[in-house]
Amino acid sequence: MIVELGNISLIAALAMAIMQCVFPILGAAKGNQTWMSLARPTARLQFLFVLIAFMILVYSFLVNDFSIAYVANNSNTLLPWFYRFSAVWGAHEGSLLLWVLILNIWTIAVTFFSRHLPEHFLSRVIGVMGLVSIGFLLFMLFTSNPFERLFPVPVDGADLNPLLQDIGLIIHPPILYMGYVGFSVAFSFAIAALLAGNLDITWARWSRPWTLLAWIFLTLGIALGSWWAYYELGWGGWWFWDPVENASFMPWLIGTALIHSLAATDKRGIFKNWTILLAICAFALSLLGTFLVRSGVLTSVHAFATDPTRGIFILALLVIFIGSSLVLYAMRAPSTKTTGSFEILSRETFLLFNSILLLVAMLTVLLGTIYPLIIEALNLGKLSVGAPYFNAVFIPVMTPLVIFLGFGVLSKWKQNNFIKFLRKMRALLISSVLIGVCIGAVFYAENQLKSIAGIVAALWISFTSLYSLFIKIKDKKDKIIAFKVIPYSFYGMLIAHIGFAVSITGITITSQHSVDIHQRMKVNDKIEFADYKFHLKDLEILSGPNYQATEAVVDVIKKDQLITTLRSQKRIYTVRNMPMTEAGIDAGFTRDIYISLGEPLDDGAWSIRLYHKPFVRWIWLGAILMAIGGLLAIIDRRYRLHKLVKKASSNNNEAVLTTK
Amino acid sequence: MNPRKKRIFIVCAILAGISIAATFILTAFEKNLMYFYSPTEVINGDAPKIRSFRIGGLVVADSVIRNTDDLKVNFILTDTINEVKVIYEGILPDLFREGQGIVANGKLQSDNIFIADQVLAKHDENYMPPEVAEALKAAGAEIPHKKNNYPK
Repeated sequence: MIVELGNISLIAALAMAIMQCVFPILGAAKGNQTWMSLARPTARLQFLFVLIAFMILVYSFLVNDFSIAYVANNSNTLLPWFYRFSAVWGAHEGSLLLWVLILNIWTIAVTFFSRHLPEHFLSRVIGVMGLVSIGFLLFMLFTSNPFERLFPVPVDGADLNPLLQDIGLIIHPPILYMGYVGFSVAFSFAIAALLAGNLDITWARWSRPWTLLAWIFLTLGIALGSWWAYYELGWGGWWFWDPVENASFMPWLIGTALIHSLAATDKRGIFKNWTILLAICAFALSLLGTFLVRSGVLTSVHAFATDPTRGIFILALLVIFIGSSLVLYAMRAPSTKTTGSFEILSRETFLLFNSILLLVAMLTVLLGTIYPLIIEALNLGKLSVGAPYFNAVFIPVMTPLVIFLGFGVLSKWKQNNFIKFLRKMRALLISSVLIGVCIGAVFYAENQLKSIAGIVAALWISFTSLYSLFIKIKDKKDKIIAFKVIPYSFYGMLIAHIGFAVSITGITITSQHSVDIHQRMKVNDKIEFADYKFHLKDLEILSGPNYQATEAVVDVIKKDQLITTLRSQKRIYTVRNMPMTEAGIDAGFTRDIYISLGEPLDDGAWSIRLYHKPFVRWIWLGAILMAIGGLLAIIDRRYRLHKLVKKASSNNNEAVLTTK
Repeated sequence: MNPRKKRIFIVCAILAGISIAATFILTAFEKNLMYFYSPTEVINGDAPKIRSFRIGGLVVADSVIRNTDDLKVNFILTDTINEVKVIYEGILPDLFREGQGIVANGKLQSDNIFIADQVLAKHDENYMPPEVAEALKAAGAEIPHKKNNYPK
């Protein structure tokens, strides 16, 4: 009975979504107040219905209702309750429900936190979000209903894929989806602005905090996914250029360009059309990501179970949404007036160059990701694009980006004096190169050139960022007040850029200087590797709630001192008879020691992988710093000056906004 | 500089940047394309001799032989018509097992033995890499059905 209630809730949500889309948008077009006023209540009701459906699915998992096919396929009575909970989004149908739930969370957040926006604008935003919701609810009801019944009802479920039985999977998908779906807000703001035909800068200011928030979630989601792959897959890898990783990385690249471009539009009234295009593009890539992950067109670690009809449905959605928004863009964008102007040597130029570079970077990833699909669709053979391609193209694109980043941070808006600018840059450039070369020469004998290049890039970003802070306070008498006066968004930018530098350092050093061996070992075998001695002390047999495991206990010794004892397990999950590796990791600020148990060989020996991975933590540390930076930018008090915005918007007077 | 010149400068800079990027990208792209071949295509001599490529098929039962003193392993891949011997050194993925569909990256030796530098098995025991499924279909074999997982 309760399952039918789930179905009914989804249908009711669809009905609400249709109302939420049709009435506010038409109302805004006709100036009908009553219709516009339907936006908020319908959005909230839709949220309620989706939430009910979601809770019913959660409940069905918790009580092991195997009459639902989705539950039977992804759960088991032996599964601990918290994994039964996260199994809700462990496969296609449930993760789609999570997608829609998160879309609704964003929508009602907009209804609550954007009350100061003009009614007609807010109605359009909510209407567009309703339209997105209609698409996905239809998709769910027609091709991937999580409440589909199974008959006969099995005695027990098929268990959750063991790979997903992990704390990383409980949190990674919701966070990532918050990012993906969050770009629908920026998209809706952009479409609302296009519909209104009024591309002044107000929409940019209003959508900035939302876009930043989505970007923060996406950053954290990608970092979490990378971290999860690192410890859970047992290969010590943290990024594989896997199509599904690319699917999340492409919106991130464009999202990064978007938050910068929004800032330029907001502050300087420039790049208006470009920003709109980026907002559409970011959401298009989110949809494309959903298509890639869920359509079954890919050979991927994430392509668990797939179905081509779903692919066609999402592809159609993608074409409809993106096609119509681009048509709208083509109709409205040419009439936009540029209000700001700037010289070549200005922050605007560097921002523009970098957002183009990010777009190029995205296109290279896109090419490598979908080219195999196109070739296969045209029946021209089957091929794949290897990771070396992505590495080979990404570095040349990122190099000018890093250089421009430093220039951009230190240059002023509008124009700069060329000589002064050069003088300011010279010392920083020379010092980052010199220090980088020294570090490379002292610590890294192998792959020296690449290591040095990465370190110089990181230093350049850090030095220019810190110097921009120094400029702000050097002439102030009272330094403490000077620090306090600086807006949060400036600190946000500083921390995010330094986070980027930290990630570059981590990526460079880990990829150039990680070492690993595959070793055959018996109990009491010792092996010297990467200045450490590894001693396989014991192999123990353990049993967990739904698996049997062999655990290797390895002492790690350096200069006769015990550093740590690592434990790595090879588990066999009994329901699916599926093996899984649990790596043993000693995490450190400057290095990880990582072991993972391979396979049992004859006469009691096992194959074991040993890794020494310097600075690998820095990759994720950098991402956390970027997220913190974004958060600081959101809480900047300028966004909280609702009164100012309200006044500006009611008068629809741009001057109030541009003068600060 | 007047606005017109400025605009021309910016457009030129962007075009120059994009063409450099495009050159890089396409060169790297061409170098790193990896084609997929089935065992039958390999036996027929369709597969490249020098370039790396991917091969996929089912691991033949009882064909996996491990060396006793190191981690070298060899096994036979089949699309149910033809078979290719694969040699690999290292630890095989968790889901590698006999009867399972797998994909390997590497190069072909002149004696039609495939030297793999990477072996991929997917993360779901029911999952068949699409290339392998196609290769099996092309060979006229029946694709193993998705197992019914529910415990009896």
